[in-house]
Amino acid sequence: MQQLNTQHLRDYPKKPKQVYLFGTCIVDSFFPDTGMDAIELLEREGIEVIYPQGQSCCGQPAYNSGYKDEAKAVAMAQVKQFPLDIPVVVVSGSCGGMMRHHYLDLLGDDPEINNFCQRVFELTEFLVHVLRLKPIDKGPKERVALHTSCAARREMGVHITGNKLISQLANVELVIHDYESECCGFGGTFAVKHADISAAMVADKSKHLVATDVVRYVSADHGCMMNINGALDYQKQSLRGEHIASYLLNRIKGNASKGSL
Amino acid sequence: MKHIIEEESKYAASAKAFRANVARDLGNEELRSNFRGAMDYLMDKRKGAFSSEDELEVLREQCKLIKQRCLAKLPHLLEQLEGNLEKNGIKVHWAETITQANEIIAQLIAEKKGKSVVKGKSMVSEETALNDYLEERNVECLESDMGEYIVQLAKEHPSHIIMPAIHQNKKQVAKLFADNIEGFEYSTDVDILIQQGREVLRNKFCQADVGISGVNFAVAETGTLCLVENEGNGRMCTTIPDLHIAITGIEKVVEHLSDVPPLLSLLTRSATGQAISTYFNMISSARKPGEKDGPQEVHLVLLDNGRSQAFADEELKQTLQCIRCGACMNHCPVYTRIGGHAYGTVYPGPIGKMVSPHMLGLEATTNLPTASTLCGACGEVCPVKIPIPKILLRLRQESVKPKSQQPQVMKGQGAGRSSVEALIWKVWALVHKSPKIYALSMWGLTRFRFLMPKKLGGWTSVRTAPKPAATTLHERINAKQKKAKQSQQERG
Repeated sequence: MQQLNTQHLRDYPKKPKQVYLFGTCIVDSFFPDTGMDAIELLEREGIEVIYPQGQSCCGQPAYNSGYKDEAKAVAMAQVKQFPLDIPVVVVSGSCGGMMRHHYLDLLGDDPEINNFCQRVFELTEFLVHVLRLKPIDKGPKERVALHTSCAARREMGVHITGNKLISQLANVELVIHDYESECCGFGGTFAVKHADISAAMVADKSKHLVATDVVRYVSADHGCMMNINGALDYQKQSLRGEHIASYLLNRIKGNASKGSL
Repeated sequence: MKHIIEEESKYAASAKAFRANVARDLGNEELRSNFRGAMDYLMDKRKGAFSSEDELEVLREQCKLIKQRCLAKLPHLLEQLEGNLEKNGIKVHWAETITQANEIIAQLIAEKKGKSVVKGKSMVSEETALNDYLEERNVECLESDMGEYIVQLAKEHPSHIIMPAIHQNKKQVAKLFADNIEGFEYSTDVDILIQQGREVLRNKFCQADVGISGVNFAVAETGTLCLVENEGNGRMCTTIPDLHIAITGIEKVVEHLSDVPPLLSLLTRSATGQAISTYFNMISSARKPGEKDGPQEVHLVLLDNGRSQAFADEELKQTLQCIRCGACMNHCPVYTRIGGHAYGTVYPGPIGKMVSPHMLGLEATTNLPTASTLCGACGEVCPVKIPIPKILLRLRQESVKPKSQQPQVMKGQGAGRSSVEALIWKVWALVHKSPKIYALSMWGLTRFRFLMPKKLGGWTSVRTAPKPAATTLHERINAKQKKAKQSQQERG
């Protein structure tokens, strides 16, 4: 896993006319609102969003479990769904990291794969560096926290972009929680295979988020949020996380935001 | 170099008990608060040790390249090291297994009719369980590093490779000393505690027949053994007794003397945030004629214990870049929660998950590589840029690979494979690589979401179960596009 700091190393393209959206399997079946909001966010910027109906999952669950052949078959099937030479915007840092970095290892460093990997952008990265989005905040004054997934932070180097987007919202105060950069304990099958360690980690993460006394926390990864929101719900806390795509869209439109679970 | 791994290591059993160990230690509030406090402190110290991210990055790259160069010519450098050490009068011994290493050391001690040993801090001697081995042969071993001494008094093992007793707080140490040190004046003041412990140790240095130490860097071109320490006990162990035996792993060899300063600087800063350790010893011979101190004989035991298995594979070889700074465990959210003993291995934390499978086989350690969220905090701080998450992934692959599949690179290949899990991933792949089957499955998942169980194993022990949406994103987008088309047609 390369410790790429994409801020420095990546050459960002000019604003394109069209992009692909990779929705991710979790968003597809559990949080489709997020996908719709991401599309609306992009369309508002004058971009046509193509959503190939043949897409499914980036392959990460099997890859992280050591089942490389199975991951490879699924990963290859995804690459085939995105043939045009336009950006592939991914609504998750974790899946984005998989598709941008691990596909080379998994599928081999051939020109088609390499071209695909180069076209992968995490949503907030795309909004900040390619679209140079300056969101106009129409929402009420509020304080929020931001949880950045470890993959977004360390594989995609995009922990700064989420922060930048929230910081640009005039009526929103971004509160940094304790141990902000620490993992929430999700880790895919880790949460099942080592449920007790995962439980200890998410207990701490939710405690630190609750301690900020914010009305909402925001994240660009539904994996982390399924974990943290699930724990908050179990603890009967009112705090919930919301995907940054939905949060931004609601702020721009002046709608009250709602946590997703 | 052959692939021999010790079957009889006592750590195989404790590593196998990983899950039970985790359950035990997660429930220990005091232990968890000791680790959290200590790791916060160490992370902070490291952060303050580098002037800028850029400086750190340049140093990491430099040290990675040094270690990679040395590993690329490891067999040659080991021969060169042996030749130059022997020229300097230091006898070199090779041990493939931990038992061989222990036998060599016991033999050397027996030849001198040695009865008592003082030890400087050495994780490799922990690896061979040397203290147990010698004590069974009526040789008294005393750990002289303060942390190791505490751990020895408590009849425990180190919970951290740099700070062996980090799992104990000062109250616990005070109680331990009160129970074990004659004339101990009770105090929970750290300085007073250390002072009293030191007095016990100081007498022992003068009485011991043998000094045993580890090695941080063994320089091939000069035949020099470098030892990094903070307490001066390492210098005492290696200069006062007549016989000094050093033990280390084969990966500690470096080519040039000039390789040492950058590695040393990054080692101490990554480990404890120190610009340099209080003591840095360079041992290049026994006492020479006319010299007033130093041992009469110096020996080096070079241990393989599974390292050559890692060495044989290009990717796993990177494991051997490790300079044992402990930064990976200091920054690991799993280590911080479960502590060092839960791993059941000599080396805990991320580095332990990477090296232990080579030392103990995957049969005993199959739960270690999976006990990570792959968050990457370890890889981010590793001073020699070992891609730790990537190596953990690789170990997971080796662990679930069919037992008979070639090439076999690890002992215990396939130890973590379950036919049920393998089948699940086969079906998963079938569903996700075929758009039609995937669409059908997601339709089922969303339409029958009321069937989603409220209890999902460990997940719902602290979380509520997630609920599938009523319709998938695929369907919503389809519907949106149809609607847009319709309104376009109506307009048209």
